[in-house]
Amino acid sequence: MRHTIAVLVENKSGVLARISNLFRRRGYNIESITVGKSEREGIARITLEVDGDELVIEQVTKQLNKLIDVIKVSDITHDEMIERELMLIKVSADASTRSEILQIVDIFRASVVDVSPKALVIEITGDRDKLEAFETLLRPFGIKEIACTGKVAMVRHPKEIK
Amino acid sequence: MRLTGAQIVIEALKHEGVDVIFGIPGGAIIDVYDALYDSGIRHILAHHEQGAAHMADGYARATGRVGVCFATSGPGATNLTTGIANAYMDSIPIVAITGQVATHLIGKDAFQEADTTGITSPITKHNYLVKDVNELARIIKEAFYIARTGRPGPVLIDIPKNIQTATADFDYSSIEIDIRGYKPSITGHIRQIKEAARLINDAKKPCILAGGGVITAGASEELFKLATKANIPVATTFMGIGSFPQDHPLSLKSAGMHGNYAANYALMECDLLIAIGCRFSDRTTGKVSSFASKAKKIHIDIDPAEINKNVIVDVPIVGDAKIILKALIEYVQEKREEEWLSYIMELKATHPLTYADGPTIKPQFVIEKLCEIVPDNTIIVTEVGQNQMWSALFFTHKKPRHFISSGGLGTMGFGFPASIGAKVGRPDALVIDIAGDGSFLMNIQELATAVENNIPIKVVVINNRALGMVRQWQELFYKRRYSATILKEVNFAEIAKAFGAKGIRVTEKEGLVPALYSAFEYPGPAVVDVVVEQEENVVPMVPPGAPIDQIIGGK
Repeated sequence: MRHTIAVLVENKSGVLARISNLFRRRGYNIESITVGKSEREGIARITLEVDGDELVIEQVTKQLNKLIDVIKVSDITHDEMIERELMLIKVSADASTRSEILQIVDIFRASVVDVSPKALVIEITGDRDKLEAFETLLRPFGIKEIACTGKVAMVRHPKEIK
Repeated sequence: MRLTGAQIVIEALKHEGVDVIFGIPGGAIIDVYDALYDSGIRHILAHHEQGAAHMADGYARATGRVGVCFATSGPGATNLTTGIANAYMDSIPIVAITGQVATHLIGKDAFQEADTTGITSPITKHNYLVKDVNELARIIKEAFYIARTGRPGPVLIDIPKNIQTATADFDYSSIEIDIRGYKPSITGHIRQIKEAARLINDAKKPCILAGGGVITAGASEELFKLATKANIPVATTFMGIGSFPQDHPLSLKSAGMHGNYAANYALMECDLLIAIGCRFSDRTTGKVSSFASKAKKIHIDIDPAEINKNVIVDVPIVGDAKIILKALIEYVQEKREEEWLSYIMELKATHPLTYADGPTIKPQFVIEKLCEIVPDNTIIVTEVGQNQMWSALFFTHKKPRHFISSGGLGTMGFGFPASIGAKVGRPDALVIDIAGDGSFLMNIQELATAVENNIPIKVVVINNRALGMVRQWQELFYKRRYSATILKEVNFAEIAKAFGAKGIRVTEKEGLVPALYSAFEYPGPAVVDVVVEQEENVVPMVPPGAPIDQIIGGK
């Protein structure tokens, strides 16, 4: 089963390498990893998606906790949470297809961030299902490039990962 | 006080109570060595950095204090790595300080540059690359704290050359340690402790498995009280050897691949397993799915990640073994499960350790004789392989920190430098390295270290002209196809003499004991080269991957 793990770490160089090293060495699979700042100075927040049964996930969280630069590890899979990814899609578009694509963009509440004679760059955020559905609908037009952030997640009020 | 980075290193080490450093200088750590020169701290010059790391490791195992080693950048640091990995696997506290190229050269493939923190991150508990001299003192203080607390382990500090020469204010005692990502659990959950006591009180066939964590925690006395209060037989892991006196009636001695019959059978038959400070390594459990399968399991360990890692347990208790056992003893009732104990006694009586003695010198004979004649305060250090297993089996180990061996990593070449470290830390003790000829050759250059510093360690070489343990596997599992395991005979007595140590060669049984006494009485380092039978095997033995009651060889 896929788990979402929120990790607070010291915002120091080498922390990401320590975490990826740990996963490589112990043979755990990272499905996605995102890193960014948190609400506190000097602390970065990592959102990990990891595949594994309960025992594997127990080991993942414990081994992460053993890293000195890791401050807090929370498996939030079973919590009520908000999860978002951001995707940039460059799709082929000329005069004949542009308006049809714009309709899809509208429906998904995505936005066009760049227009050129032969292509559009679209920005969309949402959970993975939404992004996948969007991608499927655009595929017939010809997708030239995709860039994706991976998942960030947050537990709904009142639980905080601090 | 305004000091250079190099001076900060030395002053901080003094504050930590470091009395000896093992190491080798080089271009990128020359400033630290300059500060060391008239510091009053003893320095033991090793002759390979691996040796320096093993010396720090042996020192830490023998004394319980943090061992310290120095190396220069690049090859100096990479040579340390085997020693660091060895300490990591056995949870030994060492602080390794390495020089690094100047910060502006890092990443430029400079002379003697290696990514030391990158290389050592999977084999250290934590490591640091110092980028600001103002951070240096705090980092050193943290490093010692991390190395010795919780589950101990090696910590490496990589110090670029320009950080060693830069200056900063130094006020060590005012630095407070507060690492928000590192707060080890110590006391153990009281509800879990009471639940463990209830299981012990109810058990009909309880058995203790004591690991290296008992020794680390200094919990041998508590272990003894628990075992004797409820009359629970005690098996140890390999790393747990010495945590419980092997001459006690409740002792089952060590368990595992080359464990004792009684220990392995008791673990497989018990209805309650009380595992203390151990990590259920494959060499202890054998086939893990059938290990102690009839038993409920209590697991006391300071590292939460060890709980349910290899063996699923019923009652985990995370914390310091000494503190937890102290609390647990209070809730455990005095009792004596007669039926179980008589089964255990019978196991012990019907399966003693034996070997077929003969006219030639058998390795087991050498260990037995040693055991007979050495004084109480003898520290046995071993190399890795057959010599190690015979030393574990045929010597009666009675005290913690008196059996020093590379358990997890199984590092050939560990024993000899580790014995130097042990002797430096425990000058009162007789320190004997029981070596194999294959292992001894891997760090034999440290004979120069022992002679130069007049460290009177005694090496007893079980010289079988073979990489014996691999040869044994080839004999048993590879139709005696001795691929790359038969060695040319080396005369280690002559080698010892060439280095300036005492060397004695023994080829006849009668010569053994006089040679040993003569080595012990000699005031400096001595090597007793004992030529033994080549094809002797270590038994009992559990084939790799088999349950631990499937024992071959012996009785």
